[in-house]
Amino acid sequence: MKRLLTATALATGVAFAGAAFTAGSAQAVDLTIVSWGGAYTASQQKAYHDPYMAANPGVTIINDDNAAEGLAKVRAQVESNNVTWDIVDMVAADAITACDEGLIMEIDPDTWLEPAPDGTPASEDFFAGTLTPGGTNCFIPQIVYSTTFGYRTDVFEGDQPSSIADVFDLEKFPGKRSLERRPINNLEWALLADGVAPADVYGMLSTDEGVARALAKLDTIKDQVVWWTKGAQPPQLLADGEVVMASAYNGRLFSAIAEKNQPIAMMWDRQIFDLDGWVVPVGVKDLEEVKKYLRFATDTQRLADQAKFISYGPARYSSAPLVGNHADLGIDMKPHMPTDPNNAATIFDFDYVWWADHRAELDEVFNTWLAK
Amino acid sequence: MPPPLHAPPSERVWYYAFRAICVLIFIFLVGPLLVIIPLSFNDLPYFTFTPAMLAFEEGAYSTKWYWEFFTEHSWQQAVKNSFLIAVFATLISTFLGTLAALGLSRPEMPFRKTIMALLISPMIVPLIISAAGMYFFYARIGIASTHFGVILAHAALGIPFVIITVTATLVGFDHQLTRAASSLGSSPTRTFFTVIVPLILPGVISGALLAFITSFDEVVVVLFVGSVEQRTIPWKMFSGIREEIRPTILAVATLLVFVSILLLTTLELLRRRSERLRGIRPQ
Amino acid sequence: MTTVDDGVLRTADGVPLKRSLRRATARRRTRTFMLVVPILAFLMVTFVMPVADMLFRSVDNQIVSSVLPRTTIAIQSWDPLSEALPKEFVFEALVLDIQESFKDKTLGRAGRRLNFEKTGMTSLFRKTGRRAKLITEPSYRDQLIAVDKRWGELDTWKLIHRESDAVTESYFLSAVDLTFDESGDVSWKVEERRIYLFLFYRTLWMSALITVFCLLLGYPVAYLLATLPTRHSNLLLILVLLPFWTSLLVRTTAWIALLQSEGVLNDLMVFIGVVSEDGRLQLIHNKIGTFVAMTHILLPFMILPLYSVMKTIPPSYMRAARSLGAPPFLGFLKVYMPNTVPGIGAGCILVFILSIGYYITPALVGGQTGTFISNFIALHISETLNWGLAAALGVILLAVVLFLYFLYDRIVGVANMKLG
Repeated sequence: MKRLLTATALATGVAFAGAAFTAGSAQAVDLTIVSWGGAYTASQQKAYHDPYMAANPGVTIINDDNAAEGLAKVRAQVESNNVTWDIVDMVAADAITACDEGLIMEIDPDTWLEPAPDGTPASEDFFAGTLTPGGTNCFIPQIVYSTTFGYRTDVFEGDQPSSIADVFDLEKFPGKRSLERRPINNLEWALLADGVAPADVYGMLSTDEGVARALAKLDTIKDQVVWWTKGAQPPQLLADGEVVMASAYNGRLFSAIAEKNQPIAMMWDRQIFDLDGWVVPVGVKDLEEVKKYLRFATDTQRLADQAKFISYGPARYSSAPLVGNHADLGIDMKPHMPTDPNNAATIFDFDYVWWADHRAELDEVFNTWLAK
Repeated sequence: MPPPLHAPPSERVWYYAFRAICVLIFIFLVGPLLVIIPLSFNDLPYFTFTPAMLAFEEGAYSTKWYWEFFTEHSWQQAVKNSFLIAVFATLISTFLGTLAALGLSRPEMPFRKTIMALLISPMIVPLIISAAGMYFFYARIGIASTHFGVILAHAALGIPFVIITVTATLVGFDHQLTRAASSLGSSPTRTFFTVIVPLILPGVISGALLAFITSFDEVVVVLFVGSVEQRTIPWKMFSGIREEIRPTILAVATLLVFVSILLLTTLELLRRRSERLRGIRPQ
Repeated sequence: MTTVDDGVLRTADGVPLKRSLRRATARRRTRTFMLVVPILAFLMVTFVMPVADMLFRSVDNQIVSSVLPRTTIAIQSWDPLSEALPKEFVFEALVLDIQESFKDKTLGRAGRRLNFEKTGMTSLFRKTGRRAKLITEPSYRDQLIAVDKRWGELDTWKLIHRESDAVTESYFLSAVDLTFDESGDVSWKVEERRIYLFLFYRTLWMSALITVFCLLLGYPVAYLLATLPTRHSNLLLILVLLPFWTSLLVRTTAWIALLQSEGVLNDLMVFIGVVSEDGRLQLIHNKIGTFVAMTHILLPFMILPLYSVMKTIPPSYMRAARSLGAPPFLGFLKVYMPNTVPGIGAGCILVFILSIGYYITPALVGGQTGTFISNFIALHISETLNWGLAAALGVILLAVVLFLYFLYDRIVGVANMKLG
């Protein structure tokens, strides 16, 4: 009897496993799309994935939220000839590195991508230079996003933070801050807050003294900083009252403020623009399906649609006029875009090519500084 | 035992102070696990007791985080993956581990100590090193980002636990018993199933439970070797803690505490059974 | 059994008994060994080879020589101490290599590899790659220097010369804060770049302190369990085993809920009035968080070995000490404690070994000041992509762990390890 039971249990186990293994390899097409999770993936889901799956019933899109480790994983997959990711969302600086190393595919915009509704070829419809960051040609930009600051509106009496210098001013604005745990942006802001002219920032950061000066400025607030690593963290930290000010992606702050009604406001001074877009690993399993998806997801209407869900600026000229109201709240999205003239008055000109070169070294310096 | 009545007061004071210290340490051990249980019923998305909760107001408590867990697809997928991976990893490590433990318990086993040390090493080598190694190596042989790869990795991590518990059961195993069985005409297979298995079964099961919980809890290897399709409960919890801390995690944590209580009870019953069996063993 | 004239014992078929027995033993040994063959083969593929492969990356250095094969051969004839640039044919080899690898899209890998040693190499290679196709005739040297003046610097060539070997020591040097200076000698990195020795040191001392905490908390509990009647002690043992069997992430989550500044403990202290609303204590994302959570997580690993040793100490020892006139405390110190030393040794080494390799808990509650070397290994694997350095750090960590494991085996014996 006992043995019979064991045998039955084993058989059921095997059958269960068999079912689970075969379920993954059904006839339909699976596309694994890697992105940043949270509100951002949600906006892509609504603007790109859902309509695409509705139009192509055979396709299932699987979201992987590991874009923060995108470069490392793409490299491991390509080097070992075992590519399981189909499309990866990357920032421009990482795309430069990946393209240089031959990890991601070169892209011909005019054959891969849909022209604008008026017939302008894709290569001329994306913002100038954004298809070829650092002279590479593996990147399809989706959005222009900005890293900027949010602060609690219920903490400070009187003056509210209004400039980058306020972030470093613990006397006027006491309380914990949150910054991203990496040198990018923080070193620039530190120098700007220290009075360095925007045009001199990268020249100065190219020297050891400049880096030391930036870190010295960061030292003044170091013990008040909670470091974040994922885009969803800073709005959460602000909402929980764990910090009073935080650097964050503007779209994440927007959803905390407008969709979740948190007592948070934006501080746009010295916001830093960056590009985010799609790349395709070399050796992807089903290139035709990937191209089909990309052609759909990067057309003028789809890019404009994404802005209905999150306040990032679409990277095509032809999409800008189509940006309308928020899908659920009905509010006009234009004033929430980082590119809106009211927000972009003191924008800092981010140099992703410079970072592609200096990342490795400054990561080490920054991590050393952090750990001590 | 409490100090006798004639003991000096200092001794009595010390006795009660010692008890008090032990109580505090037990609170430190178990308290944190108990605190999360009421917190998981918080109506608001916070990780602490709200004033309304402390006042036991109606509406301050809610089961919505449990609903979220039971209805959200990604959590359900995680549950499925966790069980699938843990069950198969356990089967592999229990089978291989028991076989090896039987060999290791025999005096004629060559290189016994070296083999033992090698088999225990997956427990000792820092997980980050194992995980990183598997990440590169499994990718090269084409099993990274598959359930199969994660199962193999977890089976390797579970082996030390099976080895330790089964060899412990076999310590003092009387090899005369098997000889007696064969001299009475029993075939080796029959001896194995009728003499050896009943004696080592409790050890095998507790080893299997430990291997199961090792896989069920494991996150570093899954993070490296697996991809989104292999995400398990700990994987979801880890990324949840790093990103949006939602009380869903507390709800999951509460459920997991009950899973461990269940496993622990099973283990305790087995231990008793084992002691009983060994008690009647002829010396 | 028959006895032949020579006096040697033989079996029925005439084989000397000694030989026959030896054969039988050998056969039995082989048969027994077969029982562990499957597991050894399994572990070899799933565990040993992956770890070895990872560790090999700490010296593996084939990137430069595979991307720039001609240059690698040509540069061997150059003396890096000669204070003169390599000859024209080395420049020519480099131009050919760069043209080819730029086309194959492998050039960036060499740039990246060299960038770990010297900042700016990525951009130098990218820039040169794009322009190299225009260089088709001599002088290669002048044209390369015209593309970027760094091709005229000795440092660049010394670097390529050094890193064109198939194995490198530079990852290991980096892992202990050393580097090559201008003259090619090994020297300390500048102060601001030194971190790994500091991190190893921090990992070790924090683990040591965690071990001490575990011992201080574990000893009384183990003593209580060992001296209570079995009926009660079994019940209390469950309280020790429950955290042991509960998911690591559950326990870490619980500590986050308790310790964060808007968390249970701070709320409680504000409520009692120990701290003010603005003066909430920072108990997490720093060393305190790591200490508390890790002590909690590793405590059962201390209690269980202590308990199993203490259980074997007969209570009559203490009674004997007492009857000989020793006050209870002295009796405990002189008689009981020495008998528990094996348990203390086993528990401490086990907790220490597990602690120095920890990754998850420090990553979640350690912030920046409470993280361990493992966290940096993970960082180099998944963020900075300096896999060689991650491997070198891993080798050092593993060496420490294996040394302790060896010690443990000597003191306790791996075979005597007990769980649950």
